[in-house]
Amino acid sequence: MTTTNKETVLTGPGPLIVEGKQADNERLKAESNFLRGTIVDDLKDQTTGGFTADNYHIIRTHGMYQQDDRDIRTERSKQKLEPLHNVMLRARMPGGIIKPEQWLAIDKFAQESTSYGSIRLTTRQTFQFHGVLKPNIKLMHQTLNSIGIDSIATAGDVNRNVLCTSNPIESELHQEAYEWAIKISEHLLPNTRAYAEIWLDGEKLEGPEGKETVEPILGSNYLPRKFKTTVVIPPQNDIDVHANDLNFIAIAKDGKLVGFNVLVGGGLAMTHGDKSTYPRKADDFGYVPLAKTLDVATAVVTTQRDWGNRVNRKNAKTKYTLDRVGVETFKSEVEKRAGITFETSRPYEFTERGDRIGWVEGFDGKHHLALFIENGRLLDTPGKPLKSGVAEIAKIHQGDFRMTANQNLIVAGVASEDKAQIEAIAREYGLMNDTVSKQRKDSMACVAFPTCPLAMAEAERYLPGFVTDVEGILAKHNVSDESIILRVTGCPNGCGRAMLAEIGLVGKGPGKYNMHLGGNLAGTRVPKMYKENLSEQDILDEMDALVGRWSTERTSNEAFGDFTIRSGIIAEVKNSKRDFHD
Amino acid sequence: MLPNQQNLQKTMLDAEQLTSLQHSIGSYSPLQLAWASGYLAAKSEGASLSVSPSVVALPAATLTILFGSQTGNAKGVAKALAAQAQAQGLSVDLKSMSDFKPKSIKNITHLLIVASTNGEGEAPDDAIALHEFLASKKAPKLENLQYSVLALGDTSYEFFCQTGKDFDESLSKLGAKQITPRVDCDVDYDADATAWSDTIITKAKALLGSESTATNVVAMPTAGATLVAGAQYTKQAPYAAELSLSQKITGRDSAKDVRHIEIDLAESGITYQAGDALGVWFENDTSLVTELIAALNLSADEKVEIAGTSLSFAEALTSTLEITQTAVNFISFWAEQSQDKDLLALSEDKNSARQYAGNHQIVDVVKAASATVTAQDFADALRKITPRLYSIASSQAEAEEEVHLTVGLVEYHENDQLRSGGASSFLGKRLEEGGTVKVFIEHNDNFRLPANGDTPVIMIGPGTGIAPFRAFMQEREATAASGDNWLFFGDQTFTQDFLYQVEWQGYLKSGLLTNLDLAFSRDQAEKIYVQDRLREKASEIFAWLERGAHLYICGDMSRMAKDVELALVDIISEHGKLSTEQAQDYLKELRNAKRFQKDVY
Repeated sequence: MTTTNKETVLTGPGPLIVEGKQADNERLKAESNFLRGTIVDDLKDQTTGGFTADNYHIIRTHGMYQQDDRDIRTERSKQKLEPLHNVMLRARMPGGIIKPEQWLAIDKFAQESTSYGSIRLTTRQTFQFHGVLKPNIKLMHQTLNSIGIDSIATAGDVNRNVLCTSNPIESELHQEAYEWAIKISEHLLPNTRAYAEIWLDGEKLEGPEGKETVEPILGSNYLPRKFKTTVVIPPQNDIDVHANDLNFIAIAKDGKLVGFNVLVGGGLAMTHGDKSTYPRKADDFGYVPLAKTLDVATAVVTTQRDWGNRVNRKNAKTKYTLDRVGVETFKSEVEKRAGITFETSRPYEFTERGDRIGWVEGFDGKHHLALFIENGRLLDTPGKPLKSGVAEIAKIHQGDFRMTANQNLIVAGVASEDKAQIEAIAREYGLMNDTVSKQRKDSMACVAFPTCPLAMAEAERYLPGFVTDVEGILAKHNVSDESIILRVTGCPNGCGRAMLAEIGLVGKGPGKYNMHLGGNLAGTRVPKMYKENLSEQDILDEMDALVGRWSTERTSNEAFGDFTIRSGIIAEVKNSKRDFHD
Repeated sequence: MLPNQQNLQKTMLDAEQLTSLQHSIGSYSPLQLAWASGYLAAKSEGASLSVSPSVVALPAATLTILFGSQTGNAKGVAKALAAQAQAQGLSVDLKSMSDFKPKSIKNITHLLIVASTNGEGEAPDDAIALHEFLASKKAPKLENLQYSVLALGDTSYEFFCQTGKDFDESLSKLGAKQITPRVDCDVDYDADATAWSDTIITKAKALLGSESTATNVVAMPTAGATLVAGAQYTKQAPYAAELSLSQKITGRDSAKDVRHIEIDLAESGITYQAGDALGVWFENDTSLVTELIAALNLSADEKVEIAGTSLSFAEALTSTLEITQTAVNFISFWAEQSQDKDLLALSEDKNSARQYAGNHQIVDVVKAASATVTAQDFADALRKITPRLYSIASSQAEAEEEVHLTVGLVEYHENDQLRSGGASSFLGKRLEEGGTVKVFIEHNDNFRLPANGDTPVIMIGPGTGIAPFRAFMQEREATAASGDNWLFFGDQTFTQDFLYQVEWQGYLKSGLLTNLDLAFSRDQAEKIYVQDRLREKASEIFAWLERGAHLYICGDMSRMAKDVELALVDIISEHGKLSTEQAQDYLKELRNAKRFQKDVY
């Protein structure tokens, strides 16, 4: 049963369990006393704004990443000051729904207690605070707790925030799907009371917790790697199922939710230069009726828990487990554990991923205003007080807000008589702007510099100007009404989901990107690398040539991604493990 | 050490002479050899030396010189005075007041006191015991004592030269007779101190001359030889060093600009110890000089005479006159000249005048009211520029030929004009790396690590008061001292003002630094200062003191040092179960035992 991991992945069905020296993260999870570590001691340490080695990882399972302002890292080093350590917090908001009063509270915290004074909407359909200094961390959790929000398990080797299509039109179906997103999220949460004890000054429970009983689903060492789950309502694929480990595709009958098609094993992360890593689409396991939803969720998570690679973290995600043991083997194990047999998947079709920016009227006669938020960054800048604008809306809004997986914000459930007032505020604060191009709305970037420690190149700060250049190229070739799904990520870990874009740019180094082509509109095809290490000018030159060809050679209405494959500019990725790196 | 015999035979001594010399010096210690080399060098230049062996017993009539010094100025004057007296053949006993048993004053006949004064009129630490004793009922009659006092102070303070005045008054009351009247010196004390020294030595010679049969100390020959490398660089003859680094060490969002300064002493041979200060001469900002001359409506080229030297008005204002620190006397001068009502009123009230002087430079006073003066009169009304003393932030064991400083740039706005401190802006802003700065070492024996490396130390140094403790830690590390080290530091904010943060983190990690307690006043609603942290750690601090810890304070004198001392008294009182008076005595005992030392400014 012992074979090296690389061989396993490349040579087909392999062992159920990878033997070998376990990754160091396994040690620290085991020693963490159920995610407590020595975080409490670190909070008392006034000499550093950071956390010590193991706790640096453990705080992730409480929804935080330790970061620093990378723009001034060198400057501070010369000043004999440590990096400007802070944390980023990612809230747990299954389905991304947040109430106006909750919004006002997070707006206040962001303004008063974060270094950047911003709220960042992210591709995990939630908000992030950036730049929270250590003395403010407890205040942050207590503020969130007071309005019914937590950040448990939004990062680390656990099941993270559960996404759900932000579709307010099919109101009834969305409500049911949303409730399932919450149920799944809570079902898969860690049971440990560490979060409450550390951040909310919760009581410590009497006696030692029995190791076997604390975490019946996640286990005492939690999962081998991060795990992402969605609930999606076709024909929208706004949450990008193929970027996720476990997906529940809502199947309705007569307008009521009856069950889910289950897709397992999607994921976009890879490592530059390591061909054993690759973005991979999810596999269709089949249909299950509604009553079996949580059983299936448990079975998939526990199978990955037991079979996932704990030796090599780069091959630890569900997608690699499937490719190692074989999809059928994994699926049979899930059926066995859940006590079910998957039925044939019910037919469904994904047609789009973008948010419908502007007003739409829902099923129940309520109105919904989707605001395009460039990069998801809500910040007051001169002439564009976006963050204040949302707060102003929150002060009068009777419905709720929906954060989308495309980093936009929907003001949902507006009565006809309130429409005008909300639109007036949105326009006054620059949240609605009729001149935003279709291309800009179809473009997305992750956070990257200056806060993300993983970033190799700019993303959020690079995108706006880059899109302006792309708009110019589209205009030059008379295709201004069209758009290309364009995504930029600062590193190959995939937060910006570039590996499901028609043009995906992946940061390689300062000002250098790998360019991928060949994704499609529905998000069901992984793009393949076209050119490596392009400078920003190289990218524009390439795009000029490609858009030029597309504008003259395409068949009617042929999308850019489809064109690049048909015309032989790039080969289609059909099975990532075999052909992504070819 | 000596060139080989062959060469010597050819050029200098014959074999017999050489054998004789080698026989003579064979038993000398290295120090004696060094002394002898200087003696011989001086001899070769024809100097007439009156040298007596050091074994002669102390004669009855000795001139005792005691100094009470906080920053080292009084000590410097006293040492120069002692050297001058010895050169005149007088028998001299030079001591810090802290090394002098107060009761033994009844045994002496001729006493010279050089004493400085702290801000609000208090005696410097080393003078406290004697100062209190002479004013107390225990003080003996001193009818056989003749004395004179040189007082150092700052006219911008209400209690100018108070300590010197107190000594004068106490001694007089006890029946002692003045040899010459007390002289009170302002910040630019050099000329007054020299004049007093000359006078007193002449008089002392007359008084003691007949009684003195021998001197107990041999005046060091100075010609030709350098006895201690680098020792020739003094306040009057500073070393022209190179600025090798000026690095801002507060973050970009700090309200303060604090610089880490590295100065290259190169081949100067200058040595210093952890706890010493560096004297820094500086030039005033030429743009400030231009602004001042324009405000006066005078000419930059006009000649003025300063201490017998003729130079242009602009030159004088740039390099020899003090224009960034305003003396109260100058406010009176300008009030007189301008007959401005507000300034006249201000000059009547010393406290207000001092406050005003504290945040108005000379040019601001000049601009406050117009007057017509000559360049010479104006120059005469200004003090001479004086070097600034900075606590050294490095140990030579670590920094070798470098000396490091921690310099807070003094900056404030007056009428929308940025006003900068003279020396700090010279070092931190005007002087470029590679530029020249004239420096000298100001030794400070009142701020020294314990001789025994096993002794624990508690260091309290908020703001730039951190400087000497950086030197202390380098020294403790270099000497592998095993004693515990505890640092209290504070400033405005953790993220921007944690001076030398990564170094302290490194010392904590290596275990050299035992405890580090921090107080950042602006990181929370309520202001937290180092004294608050001291109170939080009260029992532990008392335990450290009980096991022999030495206690150090460096930094702001007017508020921090006082509040810290109050906290210490409370801590000792509470945990030593003592009354407040007893706790104060406890602290006094620590001071007398040199276990409680301050470097405050």
